Amino acid sequence: MSSVRTLPPLAGYALALGDDALILAQRLGQWVARAPQIEEDVALANIALDLLGQARTLLSYAGTVEGVGRDEDDLAYLRDDRDFRNVQLVEIPNGDFAVTMARQLVFSAYQYELYAALKGSADPTLAGLAGKAVKEVAYHRDHATQWVLRLGDGTDLSHARMQAGLDQVWPYIGELFESAGTTSQLPGVAVDPSALRPAWDSYVTEVLSEATCRTPEPRWRSRGGRDGLHTEHLGHLLAEMQHLHRSHPGATW
Amino acid sequence: MTAAPDRAALLAAARAVPDPELPVLTLGDLGVIRDLRVAGDGTVEVDLTPTYTGCPATAVIADDVQAALRRAGGYQIRVRVRTVLAPAWTTDWMSETGRRKLREYGIAPPGPAAHAGGPVTLAFSVRCPHCGSPDTREVSHFGSTPCKALWTCRSCAEPFDSFKAI
Repeated sequence: MSSVRTLPPLAGYALALGDDALILAQRLGQWVARAPQIEEDVALANIALDLLGQARTLLSYAGTVEGVGRDEDDLAYLRDDRDFRNVQLVEIPNGDFAVTMARQLVFSAYQYELYAALKGSADPTLAGLAGKAVKEVAYHRDHATQWVLRLGDGTDLSHARMQAGLDQVWPYIGELFESAGTTSQLPGVAVDPSALRPAWDSYVTEVLSEATCRTPEPRWRSRGGRDGLHTEHLGHLLAEMQHLHRSHPGATW
Repeated sequence: MTAAPDRAALLAAARAVPDPELPVLTLGDLGVIRDLRVAGDGTVEVDLTPTYTGCPATAVIADDVQAALRRAGGYQIRVRVRTVLAPAWTTDWMSETGRRKLREYGIAPPGPAAHAGGPVTLAFSVRCPHCGSPDTREVSHFGSTPCKALWTCRSCAEPFDSFKAI
């Protein structure tokens, strides 16, 4: 099987965006039956389902562009962690509900700007997906925003935990806006991630300020997810996600 | 020898297929059948747009459309269902009949989508499909399927699903 490093740039780009969505969908699915309210079970499962739909489109497209016959299932279930191109933000454990909401705010605000820009891509598949997904992500972002406001501007305890959640995810945001090699090779097709930062900053800063939370200033930052360097947590997540498919190759029902 | 399939009859058959999740609505009411063409070799090609990218009903809908077209056009015809993402589906494509049927079924139909998709929380009131009162509130953005939100009525105290404007 060809290594991720030899992928055509367009396939690599679709794979990176698809892996972000796939891994976060898997993480959010872990909240089902454990969320603080039944409505949140339903909400997080719905958000995960939207992300999974986006991932399926992007992984299928990456396989088509690569052109060696890998489909969405091959890409999701038969790669090892070093071949995943997602940012580390989406693979870190869920933590408590505040950590998950902090990550949801950060990631959905990023994805909102990403898809809004990608709607104008010269690639019709990416543009078509983005035009659809941006409407779904608007709901994800609004959901996270409401929780950050409610917890941040709530009781002393909820405020402290919301702030702790933000502090925990902030070291991981840098990777979202890094220009990977593939994006510069795809002018007019890929979106330059660094160009999304100003709009993201202005949205998130306003939410944090209204939530009476401060913007964290982390002393370290994550690196390397887009190059296949991951935390120890991704391997465990993949073991659970891939186990059935690998134990019963080609099984259908 | 059979005659070439009739496009209008096939399109009507595809549009008459009930939605698997909301059987009161047809695919025509939902507006998800975007086009149907009969190719030179007789293959029937249908353009289907999903309501949400991850909606699990999409695969079932594609199977149901295949079956309905074979029933209408003969079991020998070849059918290809294409998933089309652009232009993105919007609840504005839902027919007036569809909206009425939803309301009668106990689901509040979607408002205009023009104000959706932005950062603004939905401000328009949703009328309770049970008692008609506008005094309702949203419990959660997300409901039993991707296309619905969970609401409750302050007048009659009944919970209800509301179709999200998207």
